[in-house]
Amino acid sequence: MYVAVKGGERAIEASWRLLDEARRGDTRVPELSVAQIREQMRLAVARVMAEGSVYDEELAALAIKQAAGDLVEAIFLLRAYRTTLPRFGYTEPVETENMVVERRISATFKDVPGGQVLGATYDYTQRLLDFALLAEGDDAAGHAPRASREAPPEEPMPRVLALLDKEGLIEQETRSPEAREPGDLSREPLAFPADRTVRLQNLARGDEGFLLAMGYATQRGYSHTHPFAGEIRFGSVSVEMVLDELDEAVEIGEIELTECQMINQFAGAKDVPPKFTQGYGLSFGHAERKAMAMALVDRALRAEELGETLASPTQDIEFMLSHSDNVEASGFVQHLKLPHYVDFQAELELVRRLRAEHEQGVDADAQNEEAA
Amino acid sequence: MNAPDSLQTSNATVTSHETQAAAGYNFAYLDEQTKRMLRRALLKAVAVPGYQVPFASREMPLPYGWGTGGIQVTAAIIGANDTLKVIDQGSDDTTNAVNIRRFFARTTGVATTRHTREASIIQTRHRIPETPLTEKQILVYQVPMPEPLFRLEPRVAECKKLHALSDYGLISVELYEDIVQHGSIATTYDYPVTVNGRYLTSPSPIPKFDNPKLHMNAALQLFGAGRERRIYAIPPYTPVKSLDFDDHPFEVQRWEHACALCGSRESFLDEMIVDDAGKRMFVCSDSDYCHERRANDDAIDDANVDTIDAHATTEPATHAGEHA
Repeated sequence: MYVAVKGGERAIEASWRLLDEARRGDTRVPELSVAQIREQMRLAVARVMAEGSVYDEELAALAIKQAAGDLVEAIFLLRAYRTTLPRFGYTEPVETENMVVERRISATFKDVPGGQVLGATYDYTQRLLDFALLAEGDDAAGHAPRASREAPPEEPMPRVLALLDKEGLIEQETRSPEAREPGDLSREPLAFPADRTVRLQNLARGDEGFLLAMGYATQRGYSHTHPFAGEIRFGSVSVEMVLDELDEAVEIGEIELTECQMINQFAGAKDVPPKFTQGYGLSFGHAERKAMAMALVDRALRAEELGETLASPTQDIEFMLSHSDNVEASGFVQHLKLPHYVDFQAELELVRRLRAEHEQGVDADAQNEEAA
Repeated sequence: MNAPDSLQTSNATVTSHETQAAAGYNFAYLDEQTKRMLRRALLKAVAVPGYQVPFASREMPLPYGWGTGGIQVTAAIIGANDTLKVIDQGSDDTTNAVNIRRFFARTTGVATTRHTREASIIQTRHRIPETPLTEKQILVYQVPMPEPLFRLEPRVAECKKLHALSDYGLISVELYEDIVQHGSIATTYDYPVTVNGRYLTSPSPIPKFDNPKLHMNAALQLFGAGRERRIYAIPPYTPVKSLDFDDHPFEVQRWEHACALCGSRESFLDEMIVDDAGKRMFVCSDSDYCHERRANDDAIDDANVDTIDAHATTEPATHAGEHA
């Protein structure tokens, strides 16, 4: 009977084998390849890269395969790998204004320089299950002619929010001269108070579900920030890094990014005239929901610096940043699966003792009443 | 990183056949820069007993909340000549302890043991071994919530101020309210302590039964909280006081029973429900201590029928320690 509390090495090893089998599923169905996941589940890959904090489509796809599609588990796998990688240095800031845009929309102006580019989006699909996909081989079915892909727009696409700058209507994201070099959250502990660079790093790898719920809460009055989607763009940008040997910035690759700039009302303060303010969201890959939610949360977290009333958890920097990471949250919630019988035994002993004392007290009261 | 545990189920110490780190990974998994960062934090922690030192916790291949802080501390201090023991709830055989021991056997190739006396590093979750530790040993605790004030003040920034000012009134009020409501202090584990007369410190969720062992312990005690990114320490022979009041002195749990296996009346006991009629038996939570006592003393017949009520067991497992 005593052995019941022993986990047993053999049990763990048997569990691995069962896991492998469960992941593979029915062997009569062909095995999913990493390349297939990478190509055909690009949005899952994007999320795993963003929250896993590594831009590597192949490894993200591998993690998704290994995790049997559990994206939070896949994110954890990628993070645990990432932490073993050496840090070579930091790239130059990416210039999203020069993005090769695949999609770009603004909800604040009917037309903008560079135009609105719808690109590939689920936004205007009617959410009807497409049973044609159910049939094997949708390529063969050929039910839709291939979209004609126009050459990427030649004209420059300045940021929509920059256009409002001329009137001074909206604050611009400029680097203040006295700003310190941004920290690196993956190398330094999160400390409070946290400045905006730290907050944005935290949100960028924060859980999409958490950001979505919190961003949604800001829209429902828990820190009302009157947002407008100033601009959402998705496309690829080049990444440059200064190499010591060459002493100049060299393009080392391209990554896909989704960027969102929210425009929010700001009533102004004693020494600041009313104007619009910004919330900012950025994510690896195509991830509009994440980028938009992040922008809402970013703006809510600026309450203190803008002198707004702090009335909601969505404005509480420590609350938000401490709970946004799904690798941390998932681990700690699920650690409750670990044995706690020592602590539980200690609590059992206490509750039994308190109950015994309570009973004695009740008996004593009853006796006193009888006596009276 | 799935590798079989090199520790066999016999009681003997088994030296791993591997003599170095797993292929493709550095010794003890972490890179040397990270270990250096950890060692700096550890040195600071030892220099300021009980103070929580922030450190840049890394993602580990085990989940946060499953011992990542303890694992990082162990990885930073372990050397090729160390002998490692890992326990969870006092036992070497709980799944998570097995998993962590396997991790280090795989990534360092060091010898592992179940015997408290033979270990140079003991990583633990929720217990301090019953066998007294020596100056040659280091005890590494896995800590879920390093901040002793977190239930009273969840904001880390605010807690920092309270520590800086030694402003620990909140916790005294909490203990006082316990006494008013229940007649005694209702904290049974993770019972707060004052280290070296200065910092209020969480002993990690050990039962308060273990708190006296923190005081003037010969071993170095290191605490790692991975998710919360804090390291702290109790150096050897440091005074550690469990909070109490003059008229309500600190007390530890006591059992009406002795261990059903070894007969100990001094150790922390786990309660087990052994059948669907609610029969219970009590056995030592520290499995090595229990084993050792039984090896030393076969005459345990007199003590092993301790019962909680009429339904209690009369058949203590005589082959405890073997696999089913």
